[in-house]
Formats: sequence, C-alpha cells, structure tokens
Amino acid sequence: MGIELDVKSFDNALKILSKKYKIFAPVRLKGKGSFSDTDLVTYGEISSYKDIELSEKSRYSPKEVIYPITQTLFYFTEDEYKEPEIDDKGIIVFLRPCDANSYLKLDNIFLKNGPYEDNYYKRLRDKVKFFVIECTKGFSTCFCVSTGSNKFLDYDVFFRFDNDKITCDVKNDEFSYAFSGKEVEFTPEFIEKNEIEVKLPDIDKISQNLEYVFNHELWDEYTKRCIACGRCTVSCPTCSCFSMQDIFYKDNPKCGERRRVWASCMVDGFTDVAGGHSYRQKYGERMRFKVMHKIYDYKKRFGTTMCVGCGRCDDVCPEYISFIKIVSKVTDAVDRGESK
Amino acid sequence: MILDIDTKLLKKNAYRVTKQRGITALRIRVPGGHLNIKYFDIIKEVAEKYGNGTVHITTRQGFEIPGISMEKIDEINELISPIIRGLKDEGVQIEDEEGGYPAAGTRNVSACIGNRVCPFANYDTTALALKIEKLIYPNDYHVKIAVTGCPNDCIKAHMQDIGIIGQVEPIYDPSRCIGCQACVKNCKRRVTGALTFENFKVVRDPNRCISCGECILKCPTSAWTRGEKYYRIVIMGRTGKKNPRLAQTFIEWADEESVLKIIKNMYDFIDKYIDKTLDKEHVGYIVDREGFKKFKEEVLKDVKLPKKAKVANHIDYTGYRYERNTIYD
Ligand code: SF4
Ligand code: SF4
Ligand code: SF4
Ligand code: SF4
Ligand code: SF4
Repeated sequence: MGIELDVKSFDNALKILSKKYKIFAPVRLKGKGSFSDTDLVTYGEISSYKDIELSEKSRYSPKEVIYPITQTLFYFTEDEYKEPEIDDKGIIVFLRPCDANSYLKLDNIFLKNGPYEDNYYKRLRDKVKFFVIECTKGFSTCFCVSTGSNKFLDYDVFFRFDNDKITCDVKNDEFSYAFSGKEVEFTPEFIEKNEIEVKLPDIDKISQNLEYVFNHELWDEYTKRCIACGRCTVSCPTCSCFSMQDIFYKDNPKCGERRRVWASCMVDGFTDVAGGHSYRQKYGERMRFKVMHKIYDYKKRFGTTMCVGCGRCDDVCPEYISFIKIVSKVTDAVDRGESK
Repeated sequence: MILDIDTKLLKKNAYRVTKQRGITALRIRVPGGHLNIKYFDIIKEVAEKYGNGTVHITTRQGFEIPGISMEKIDEINELISPIIRGLKDEGVQIEDEEGGYPAAGTRNVSACIGNRVCPFANYDTTALALKIEKLIYPNDYHVKIAVTGCPNDCIKAHMQDIGIIGQVEPIYDPSRCIGCQACVKNCKRRVTGALTFENFKVVRDPNRCISCGECILKCPTSAWTRGEKYYRIVIMGRTGKKNPRLAQTFIEWADEESVLKIIKNMYDFIDKYIDKTLDKEHVGYIVDREGFKKFKEEVLKDVKLPKKAKVANHIDYTGYRYERNTIYD
C-alpha cells in the first residue's frame, strides 16, 4: 500500500520531519557550475519539494553527507585533545537506488575492513534514513543493472515523483506520523535495463591471470590521455580514500587540529612516502589501480563489486575517458585470455 | 558616364572609395561576430549579382563585399534591408531601413565566441556586444570596441579604444578543498601565480589575481565556485602609423551597467573635445591631447561603480614609435 501526496502535503511532511532530521537531496545551485551561466547539481539540505532536483544526475554524490570532504577528527592543545561534537539531528537522504547502494559499499570499507570500525563514519552513518527515489529510466551513462545496484529494498520510505504527483511507500513505521494522504495501490519499481550494458570481468579469471592483466598494454593509452585531475574519484559515490592533515594554528602553533580530507589515487601525491618516493607515477598505472579496485580487489574482499554503475566518472572526465569502456576492455582481455 | 558622388555620404553608408574608379565595397556589420545564417543568402546574392563573387572577412568580424559598381548602391541598399531590419529588431535605432547603413564611423563591435561555446568565457560576449551596438550605433565617431570572455583576450580587446574583458570573482570553500593543488599549479603556470598553498589550504592574493576563473575550471570538487560577474575595462589601445600601443586597465570589477554608461559617456567626451577642423580624429589621440584625468572625469559622470571596483589613478602609456624604437644593425 502506498500513500498519495500532493506538493503541499509533501512539504508539510518535510516540515514535520525537519524537527528531528536534517534532510538532504539533490539540489540545483544556480550559477555554481564550473562554466559561467551553468548550474551545479549536487547534494544539499532541502526544506521543500521545489528544492529537489530530479531532472539531472548530481555531479557529486551523496557520500559527502556521511563522509564529508574535510572532517576534523580532534582538536589538540599541548596536553589535551577533544573530538568535535556532531549535530543531534538524524539524517534523511533522498537518493536513487545506485547511490543508496553506494552507502552499503562505503560501509564495507569503513566498518568491515579491519578489526576496528571507523567511528567518525559510523556516528554519521548510524543516523541515516534512506528515502529512496524511484528511478526507472536512469540517464545516458548509467549502468547500475550491470553492477547489480539498480535495486534497493531496505528503504525507510520510497518515493515516486511523477511531476507534482507524489506516491510513497512508508516501510519504516517510525515515519508514518509524517505522511498522510489517500491510500493507493503502490509497488515500487526499479530499472531493469539501462541504455548501457557492461559485462564485468570474472574475478576468478583475473586472479588466475593477474600478471597478464597487470601488464596489459590497454593501460598505456591512459598514461597519454588521463591528466590525473581526480574528477572521476571525487564524483564517485564509492571512492573513500583520505589523507591526514595536522594543522598547527598560525597564531599559536601549540594548538591545532587533525583533519582527514578526501584523497584521490589519480592525483599526484597520493602515493608519496618518506624519502620522497612515490608509486604509480604513470597515469595509466593509476588508472589500472582505480579500475581494478572498483571491479576486482574490492569484490575479492567483500564479495560484491565496488562500483555501483552510476556513470558519474564518465560524466565528469574532461578528457572524455570512459570508465565503462575500460571495464569492457578488461573483460574482453580476460575472456580472450591471451597471455603475453 | 558622369560619376558625381559625395564620398562623405558614400563612406557614411558603409561603402568605401577603392583603388578602382567607380568601384566600391560594402561592409556588413555583424555585432558580436555572430550572425544568423539566414543573412548569408543576401550576402551571397549581393556578391554574386553586384560584386565579383567574393567576400572578405574583416578583422572586425564583418563581411566586406568588393567589386560593386557605385551606381548600384541604391539597389543594393534595398536588397540588404532585411539585414538592417534585423539590427532594428535587436533594438538599434534605425530610421530608414531601405537606405543601407546609416553610419560607419563607429565600427562593428566585435567579440570572441564567449560562453555560448568557450569553456573559459566568463559571460555571453555576443549578448553584451549587441547591447553596446544598440547604445552607440549609428554614430560617425571613429571608435573601436571589442568584448572578450576572459583575459585570454582572443578578440584582442587590448587593440581597441575600449576593450571589455570578462572577470569572475572566485569564491573558495576550504571545507571542499582536497589539496590537490591543481588550481595552484595552473595559476602559476598559466596565469599570474596568485595562489599559494599554506597549511593544506589555498590562499589567493587578490592583488595578483586577474579574476580569469581558471581555478574554478580546474577544481575537481567545486571548492572554487563562481561569484559575481564583473568586467575589466581596458582603454586606448590602437594600431596605426603614429603610435601603436596596447590598451591598459582603466577599471577593474565594473558591472555591466557601468560598462554601458562609461561607453555612452565616452561619446559625449569625444563630442566635447574632438578637433572639429580635422576630417576625423580617433578618440585615443583626443585623450592624448586632453589628458587621462579629463577623460576619467567625463566618462565617470553619473556612473555608479560597484563597491569592489578599482579605477586607475593614471595610465602610463608608452606604446611604440616606428621612427624611434628600433636600433638597426
Ligand atoms: S566507478 Fe564510476 S560508475 Fe562506478 S560508482 Fe564510481 S563513479 Fe559511479
Ligand atoms: S577524470 Fe579523467 S582525466 Fe581526470 S583523473 Fe579521472 S580519468 Fe583521468
Ligand atoms: S577570450 Fe577567453 S572566453 Fe573568449 S574565446 Fe578566448 S578563451 Fe574563450
Ligand atoms: S583545485 Fe580545488 S581541491 Fe584542488 S587544491 Fe585547488 S581548491 Fe583545493
Ligand atoms: S582567477 Fe585566475 S588569476 Fe585568480 S587565482 Fe584563479 S586562476 Fe589565478
């Protein structure tokens, strides 16, 4: 059973919920696109239906909501340190199934990747309620069906936005109080076929031919084409690398803070180590590292592909490098199995 | 055949006296260098029927149709009336649509391709060129104006009496910065080195920054975003036989309204100080004679510049003189 809402009752629900929750959704920031007179579609806080931008894919993903670009871990003085407080409110995120799945991918990295859970991640992640946006058409670079991220059933509330007609399925009773309207027959739908279909490589085959894939000439092309700008990783909902920064305040260097800040395996400096060395200096090698992490290493460890198939990496690359094409090339190479 | 032609009127009508007696050439204005292709048919017809079948693309982005007999001017003016009407529809003050161009002194306002196409552009140059055209055309004073989207200055605004260069104020959100330094390296390599990296964050020196917006384009996280649009006005650049020179900054951080008002005021300045004994006098030479201070006072009359605006105190033109600057072997 679903509930039918009009814009007014939807806005009213947001208003009620905003007492206990911060509410995030894709929004359009006028004139904030990189090019003049263009907009930026990204995640931001909303207070009404008209704030939600559904016509375009967001350039940045909702990962920022639970994993901010810059996060202060603690402040320190000479002999004390203190963790910053976080907001008491819960977090509601309106997101499409691919992005909802990306949260589960991040969970693996931050919560299940070793003996310790990452507390800074956890304390935000625990607050999240999934308000999933029905997505049955997708966009021209989506391939979520191929990665198995087209469905997300573990939602709290599910929404169909059909122009100004809104239908929702409230799965988590906790939210029933906010939504009132006519009861209607409603079955959430998920996209079953994207414009793009990608065959992911068989990871066992890769494991058997690791050297071959590692040294394959397909990567060389990207040493020439990629400019190591990092846009693909910044926009990716599942990229989760960060680096640490210790800041000593200028006025009083005995105080400061430790921050963690997103990092990108595509960008210079990612592999810098003591003594001034760094690894993977060729951009093609960085590409290999990134792609293999998305479709192979992560899967070997957690049993599921890291990439959710949102297509953002293809959308934002200024050099028109297609991740999708690279994945297909890897699959091809592995299937053909020609060893060198 | 008797040819009795008022060459002053002929020139005013955008035709010219050529080296061949009785033969003229017509200049078609293309404000902002952007033309609806429907006018191509007319240009083609004039060139084929009245000209020699060729067309020259002018440095100011117009079309010049050579090889026209002076006797055919009336016929041609009628033929090009849709082009003139096109200008009128855009808001240019034109009385007689059938009479050809009403003036030629103030040259076509040219523009780089701007943000309809170019990623570097900080605004829609064609639109601004049209606004300027509406404001200053028709006019007999010899003035050259060009607008360009960013300090790459592809249109060579620095060679004009007035050049307008798009500016944007880059706004930095340190919480979005991942410290990749793409903006820092790029500003150093390609621009003025206005950015430094301190304590893992980027610091912008506003005195070095020329507000080109490249940092915004380079940033992968949108830590740099676009603030308000502004314009740099560079003045009194020129080529010519006497003293070629690049234009220099008169005002930084002007808004569109001020830009338009200053251009308008410049015509009043010319009107007041031009040497009327001469056939024509180029505005740059008037400013040379009367002085920058007087120019500044006159053109800033009733102009409300934005708070951010900076106006040049004086301009130190050096330029170049053919007869002085070169020491030969
Ligand atoms: S790798 Fe590309 S398609 Fe896959 S999740 Fe990241 S951005 Fe989306
Ligand atoms: S966005 Fe494109 S050019 Fe930039 S790092 Fe990624 S693949 Fe390379
Ligand atoms: S001046 Fe700037 S905006 Fe204009 S075409 Fe050149 S680079 Fe593009
Ligand atoms: S390009 Fe953007 S993210 Fe990189 S250092 Fe500059 S502001 Fe920071
Ligand atoms: S606007 Fe241009 S000059 Fe100013 S900091 Fe950015 S890149 Fe450098």
